[in-house]
Amino acid sequence: MIDPEEIKIAIASGKGGTGKTLIATNLFYSLYTNGNSTTLIDCDAEEPNAKIFFNGELNKTIPVTQKVPFIDVDRCTFCGKCHEYCSYNAIFILPPVKIIQVMEDLCHGCGACLIACKEGAITEKDVLLGNVNSYRINPLARLVEGRTGIGIFSPVPVIKAALKEGRTDQITIMDAPPGTSCPFIQTVVSADYVILVTEPTPFGLSDLKQSVETLRIMNKTFGVIINRSGIGNLDVYNYLRDENIDLLLEIPYDRMIASLYSSGILIAQKTISWQEQLLAMMNTIKAYHASSCYQR
Amino acid sequence: MKIAITSQGNSLESLIDQRFGRCAYFVVYDTESRAMEYIPNPNREVEEGAGPASVQLVASRNISKIISGEFGMKIKPLLDSLNIQMIVVKNPNKTIHEIIEMLNH
Repeated sequence: MIDPEEIKIAIASGKGGTGKTLIATNLFYSLYTNGNSTTLIDCDAEEPNAKIFFNGELNKTIPVTQKVPFIDVDRCTFCGKCHEYCSYNAIFILPPVKIIQVMEDLCHGCGACLIACKEGAITEKDVLLGNVNSYRINPLARLVEGRTGIGIFSPVPVIKAALKEGRTDQITIMDAPPGTSCPFIQTVVSADYVILVTEPTPFGLSDLKQSVETLRIMNKTFGVIINRSGIGNLDVYNYLRDENIDLLLEIPYDRMIASLYSSGILIAQKTISWQEQLLAMMNTIKAYHASSCYQR
Repeated sequence: MKIAITSQGNSLESLIDQRFGRCAYFVVYDTESRAMEYIPNPNREVEEGAGPASVQLVASRNISKIISGEFGMKIKPLLDSLNIQMIVVKNPNKTIHEIIEMLNH
């Protein structure tokens, strides 16, 4: 049987800037402050920022690399097989003028070109995609961050490495990247429960719908937090009611929250009621998770 | 000298295609013989790497210049190394005929 205490929660949204990191960092803080062993994984690997809110000691940095082909032009016969095998147009070849070039940005590291080459002209080299940094915040809390290198096209391999490094048998909070494309999918796929953070605006609703549709296809359990309530209109509320989606929490549009957040201060540290609200929400989520564990 | 022009269709009255890698057709025009060739772009719908694949296609026709609305980041160094000049025509209402007229004057 699955231990209901061992829960992985992804915090996601379609729209950017709705408050994913606000929720992830404050929930993380509230959990470890109240005696729960917790790991926060910042999966927004293109611009990780959860670490800003915590003092912690960096105890591990793991480089994330990918194999790309290296072509020995002297051995190459310009037969074009490697280009033919490549599904990503990552090998540029002009046989008449004897030009062959690897487009490293397009390479997925599948290794098909190595199999294609009968001349032994292709070997592999490592290209650095980014790093995974692991911080010890205190004896109960660990923060793992994926950080993609500048100019790297996809953060997905770095997110995968961060999730692997953050693997634990206790509570895991995953701060997901915005959108509903590959980086989002990679983050939520391992989650037991997904918290979608939105705002009551047309843009918030439009992207919430996309996230909901994606999570339903993935067969994920989820609930919604409405941040900045009081602005916009009631369309998000009507949508949640019509679709029978749980509203976990509402956070008012409040200058104090924005002000503290922009100074890198955790609201849950200043306001005990925030801790209580987030822990109560956590208990609701745990109860869902426990009931789904018993059903299995 | 041969020049490639990105085109939305396969006639002289077609408009320039503003995209390079995913244009509908390449028009290869020979300034000496005034011969023209229309090549449907097989890379129009590829998932990734339309730019380099299209460079490979037109470079294999021995062209020295490409005329298009814009060029992506990945192909600029590639075209530099092949000594192929990029010419940007920002006016989307120009026809292939008009562009060729410009080349001939």
